[in-house]
Amino acid sequence: MSSNTISQSTSAQEPGGAPSGFEADRSADSVGGAARAYVDRVRGGDLGALPAILGIVALGLLFFALRPETFLTPRNMANLADQAAPIIILAMGLVFILLLGEIDLSAGVVSGVCAAVMAKLLADAGAPWYVSVAAAILTGVVIGLFTGSLVGLVGIPSFVVTLALFLGWQGFTLRLIGEGGTVAVRDPVISAISDKNLPVVLGWILALVVIALYAALQLNRWRTQKAKGLAHQPLAVVLIRIGVIAAVVVLVTAVLSVDRAPAPGVVLAGIPYAIPLVVILLLALTFLLGRTGFGRHVYAVGGNAEAARRAGINVTKIKVTVFVIGSSLAAISGIVAAARLGSVAPGSGGGNTLLYAVGAAVIGGTSLFGGRGRARDAVLGGLVVAIIANGLGLLGTEAYLNFIITGGVLLLAASVDALARRRAAATGH
Amino acid sequence: MSAPTDRPEDGTPTPELTPTLELRGVDKSFGAIQVLHGVNLKVYPGQVTALVGDNGAGKSTLIKSIAGIHSIDAGEILFEGRPVSVSGPRDAAALGIEIVYQDLALADNLDVVQNMFLGRERKNGFVLDEVSMEEAARDTLSKLSVRTLKSVRQLVSSLSGGQRQTVAIAKAVLWESKLVVLDEPTAALGVAQTRQVLDLVRRLADTGHAVVFISHNMVDVFEIADRVAALYLGRMAADIPISEVNRSQVIELITAGRSGTIGIAPAEAAAVEV
Repeated sequence: MSSNTISQSTSAQEPGGAPSGFEADRSADSVGGAARAYVDRVRGGDLGALPAILGIVALGLLFFALRPETFLTPRNMANLADQAAPIIILAMGLVFILLLGEIDLSAGVVSGVCAAVMAKLLADAGAPWYVSVAAAILTGVVIGLFTGSLVGLVGIPSFVVTLALFLGWQGFTLRLIGEGGTVAVRDPVISAISDKNLPVVLGWILALVVIALYAALQLNRWRTQKAKGLAHQPLAVVLIRIGVIAAVVVLVTAVLSVDRAPAPGVVLAGIPYAIPLVVILLLALTFLLGRTGFGRHVYAVGGNAEAARRAGINVTKIKVTVFVIGSSLAAISGIVAAARLGSVAPGSGGGNTLLYAVGAAVIGGTSLFGGRGRARDAVLGGLVVAIIANGLGLLGTEAYLNFIITGGVLLLAASVDALARRRAAATGH
Repeated sequence: MSAPTDRPEDGTPTPELTPTLELRGVDKSFGAIQVLHGVNLKVYPGQVTALVGDNGAGKSTLIKSIAGIHSIDAGEILFEGRPVSVSGPRDAAALGIEIVYQDLALADNLDVVQNMFLGRERKNGFVLDEVSMEEAARDTLSKLSVRTLKSVRQLVSSLSGGQRQTVAIAKAVLWESKLVVLDEPTAALGVAQTRQVLDLVRRLADTGHAVVFISHNMVDVFEIADRVAALYLGRMAADIPISEVNRSQVIELITAGRSGTIGIAPAEAAAVEV
């Protein structure tokens, strides 16, 4: 190694013929290769959406077999959507928090506090719906700032902070609503989230727009990646994915467009408003996590907080922001739940609300250890949890059994997560 | 990346060459314990300076002071001849200082491209510009003749130790950095992987970077370093061209602070030992 002639020749282009590396990026064009890569990933412990999809199919078949005359009816499907919406929205917030490797045990009761704020403003102050909703979400933001500061700035483990707040916020709700009381939520706009439907034509238009948008985004990305010689999936895989999404959207829209009125003479059809609400949140949060710098930093902090800090990422700010997002989504979840039940009680958001949401996130594929998870996990996992609750309701099982079964499912999902993680560590994935 | 710089055989820089980094009389204490005592160091472009010293000699503290993680108590840091104050990782990065830490500082759950751009993502407005980041990452890896990665979209968790080290070094190069500090890059690597990383470090210097290479392995040090700087109990025992010393002298400098005529003056060394 001497003199600058050598340095120049090494910095110049290497002679041709040598392997250029990154061969997988260029040879990923076969469906077989993509399938093999997927099987490898699953065997390496990255199960993705697989458990949730299998769960939805298996539970669907089980309850259909047990209650063929009620479970798969359009009316029950609309009911299922209403039931799932608050769980899914709360779980979306928990996905963010779990991504950091933190936990928010107070998310359920925060949804209760926020719903109580909204209900009191509507009922006692006579405020319009938008003021009440804004106040509820603002309450969520403030609560998130408080929790996030205790975790991020003061440095108390989130488990302890949110366990304390789990008790504290229940006291707040109790004070707002009063012992033994309930506050009715009768505002027509808010109730519409749960008991009104999109007109059938509008539902179909929306469905087609969603499909077209999804297809356009996927194909455009594929085209750019291919043109620039970047890593990309085979076209067939992209098309299959678009096809599956399109089929699901069309199927759901078709089922919900059938008249499901209990009595003849009235028409009850269309997509419940809760579904577009969930879809909008799903799109927004997926974009936030996958396509923005903030989302990237959330993953980095969850994967290796020290690496993130050394890369110049403000870890505290990310933590606080994530708790704000979590509590704001809890507020929205509380509003949707209040719309469904038509009232807010001191126990709102207590009981198994949080358990359902954490279960949903984990069943959907979000890791309890941080760093892995997507917004769609909340939707898939939330559907699994809602199907269990809905199906057990149809079977008329007793309350004690519901608790045992739901707790068991959460335990199962957490075990799958832990085993997948061990497997990943063992295989180097 | 700057053009290759003159690097005479014996590691002595040409007189007019300004060190990329120069430390003058740097002191650093943690509470009552003084970790660095008047440390002087010069790091030249196009050269690998091996920073050696026993455990606890102050290597990590020195690096963290350069990186802006610790503030210095006294002394001066000059970057390309200008006095600078580095008060955080962002300041260091803005100057063109990149540190590759021993424990790597990569996020396992992100892929190679995402890790290389972590904290400095390219964006179109709000949206991450994945296309340009992936192209730039691949360009940089190709320039460094890295051919061991199957895909730049591979998760870092699936890489071998040598590949991870490669990614960490390439990350430093991506930023048009002038000074790259490598903290024991070959510790815990196998023979073939050590080879890859050493070649990469040499290419780094040959492309004009000033490189600080921390290592306990004398074989590695003598293979790629142009200069050697030995820390002994927080004092700089020697900062000299490697051609002026042999392996046993460097080991003496590390363990006793002096070797023959080189190193800390006997009186001072004796005072340090007490």
